[in-house]
Amino acid sequence: MSCGCCCTDNKSQELDKIIAKYKDSRGALITVLHEAQEVYGYLPLSVQKRIAEGLNVPLSEVYGVVTFYTQFFLNPKGKYKINVCLGTACYVKGAGQIYDKISEILKIKGGECTPDGLFSLDACRCVGACGLAPVVMINDEVYGRLVADDVPAILQKYIDQEAELAKA
Amino acid sequence: MIYRSHILICNGTGCVSSKAPAIMEKLQELLAANGIEKEVKIVKTGCFGLCEKGPILVIYPEGATYCRVSVDDVEEIVNEHLIKGRIVKRLLLGDPNVEDVSKSRDNVGFFAKQVRVALRNCGVINPENIEEYIARDGYAALAKAVTEMTPAEVIAEVKKSDIRGRGGAGFPTGMKWQFAAQQVSDQKYVCCNADEGDPGAFMDRSILEGDPHSVLEAMAIAGYAIGANQGYIYVRAEYPIAVQRLNIAIKQAREYGLLGKNIFGTDFNFDIEIRLGAGAFVCGEETALMTSIEGKRGEPRTRPPFPAVKGLWEKPTILNNVETYANIPMIILKGADWFSSIGTEKSKGTKVFAIGGKINNTGLVEIPMGTTLREVIYDIGGGIPNGKKFKAAQTGGPSGGCIPASHLDTPIDYDNLIALGSMMGSGGLIVMDEDTCMVDIAKFFLEFTVDESCGKCPPCRVGTKRMYEILDRITQGKGEEGDIEKLEILAESIKQGALCGLGQTAPNPILSTLRYFRDEYEAHVKEKKCPAGVCKAMLNFEIIADKCKGCSLCAKKCPVGAISGEIKKPFVISKEKCIKCGVCMESCKFAAIVKK
Repeated sequence: MSCGCCCTDNKSQELDKIIAKYKDSRGALITVLHEAQEVYGYLPLSVQKRIAEGLNVPLSEVYGVVTFYTQFFLNPKGKYKINVCLGTACYVKGAGQIYDKISEILKIKGGECTPDGLFSLDACRCVGACGLAPVVMINDEVYGRLVADDVPAILQKYIDQEAELAKA
Repeated sequence: MIYRSHILICNGTGCVSSKAPAIMEKLQELLAANGIEKEVKIVKTGCFGLCEKGPILVIYPEGATYCRVSVDDVEEIVNEHLIKGRIVKRLLLGDPNVEDVSKSRDNVGFFAKQVRVALRNCGVINPENIEEYIARDGYAALAKAVTEMTPAEVIAEVKKSDIRGRGGAGFPTGMKWQFAAQQVSDQKYVCCNADEGDPGAFMDRSILEGDPHSVLEAMAIAGYAIGANQGYIYVRAEYPIAVQRLNIAIKQAREYGLLGKNIFGTDFNFDIEIRLGAGAFVCGEETALMTSIEGKRGEPRTRPPFPAVKGLWEKPTILNNVETYANIPMIILKGADWFSSIGTEKSKGTKVFAIGGKINNTGLVEIPMGTTLREVIYDIGGGIPNGKKFKAAQTGGPSGGCIPASHLDTPIDYDNLIALGSMMGSGGLIVMDEDTCMVDIAKFFLEFTVDESCGKCPPCRVGTKRMYEILDRITQGKGEEGDIEKLEILAESIKQGALCGLGQTAPNPILSTLRYFRDEYEAHVKEKKCPAGVCKAMLNFEIIADKCKGCSLCAKKCPVGAISGEIKKPFVISKEKCIKCGVCMESCKFAAIVKK
């Protein structure tokens, strides 16, 4: 069955497995959404429909939950997900300037993705690494004790890495 | 197996972010290369507390604390310390010239005034090994409770200790347990609030990462006390390391029969499941948290009925915070009298604070209630960096407030902080210096609450938005006469009208900054000036003609060509063109540019 998005059959099989695993447990919707997002990287409507049918809950409820929580995405994120911590400790140490700098260089706003799909930018809540404030996370990599001038070199590292991959 | 040396290496989020895992790998590699991997044991522990100096590792038996260790330092540590027995002084924390190296860190001040109850095992044991927890009297409290005490005695002991909830509001824990125990029901639940959402707070995360079993043990004790057989830990998905260690801990506890059926051979059954949050601050509110565990939108509901009567899936439920639980085994083991001997009259025990912001020793500290803010900031925290002046300490996150310098000597406890217009909150303590604009900080927190308001009740959904708009206007230099009064009226109505704790406390950052820093608000509104020089719209960069040498450096650096003049004569900045980026001020070698 085609679900009308970019997913392959492999992914939809995994989704079915997730649904089957939690079908009978109570209050499992959020857990299923977490795991489904692991598979797809985001939660397109087609996936939400499948989950609604599988768990036998109304689609409106699934959509309601997805849009309530900030960690569920309706749109795909970049290959490199940039999260700038805007928790208080980072904020008073100048995280705002770092966020602006990244936004300026990549020409995207928070929640957006660069047209080439490489970077997406989000402000995030405290990641709990306040000792390293201000902190930026790019995927799982944490960059701490930053100043705005460090930003170009960090982004360039990923751009170069991509260029290398393209060559190879 | 007996080892001649033990290396304890911090694996809390802070140190992991600054490459602790790579340091461990390098250590393993070099120990093996030197053939001493069977003589030296590497123990990965939870947070030592002094995140500022991370990654931290401690080598025993000497007790040498090495800080800001990098992968490149590992070879020296192995060759010098572990092979030749010579301390690597340059990496030692504190005074490198003490006779007894284990004392080097004492003069940092950071550790001297702390009393570790909730954090007793953090940085001491490997959180992924249940036997290390058991060796530190772990699960002895659970054994004592289920085999020697009745549920009523357990509750009486907790009540007698006078412990109050560490999550924010400070409700007496024993009373909460008693309410739930009194309910007659076929099913009850024990929940743990590990949805630490306050920005700048990482106490609960550190406990879960450094000593997860203490929380499991306490939840089982609570289950025994109220007659519940199922527990849920609701933890933020932003804390992957904590989730992973909790999963390991639950699995081990089940294998050892410390969770599951017939615990300690009695007929007491108890098990725990983890539920992940998905990024919603309101889920830290108890009714919202339970709705979220049920897999729904995490919206709060009205109380009463309180969760102790109708909680998760409408069954009697108790919900306590991570730090509260971490204290419980010690209360059962050492007794309520011991616990209540620490602290002040109305706030017993210790409190863990995450200190951050403009402070030298960022990190995690546990202090007896009643310690003054001054001691925390100056003696433990090491004061403000770069010789700047202390301006305010923010506690309680978006629900709390700012405490000014005039109240630095107030002993910290629940009631004093509330009297000052702030609150204990979960324990985030952010220090601000003279460069922080208090109106901007109030706006920062309001932006947070507007974003996190679940939208269920209008006072919070609409009211916080209106307050934010007024603050935004003020910081843009467009404040109007009467704005401050409007803020006050709105704040009061939201406090009274909002449905849950999030809305009721949302005005606190505004009210407390207005209380202590009203002059700053007035300067913004009336004089259109930001005294701290933060609000860009009101800033003006000017060149002081007397100091300017006419070198033209600033004109070259200015990204918008707003600076002009003749060489060797004073330059001028065009106010129309200036975008207030501050590059000129940074580049000037003669301090001839000021912002006003």
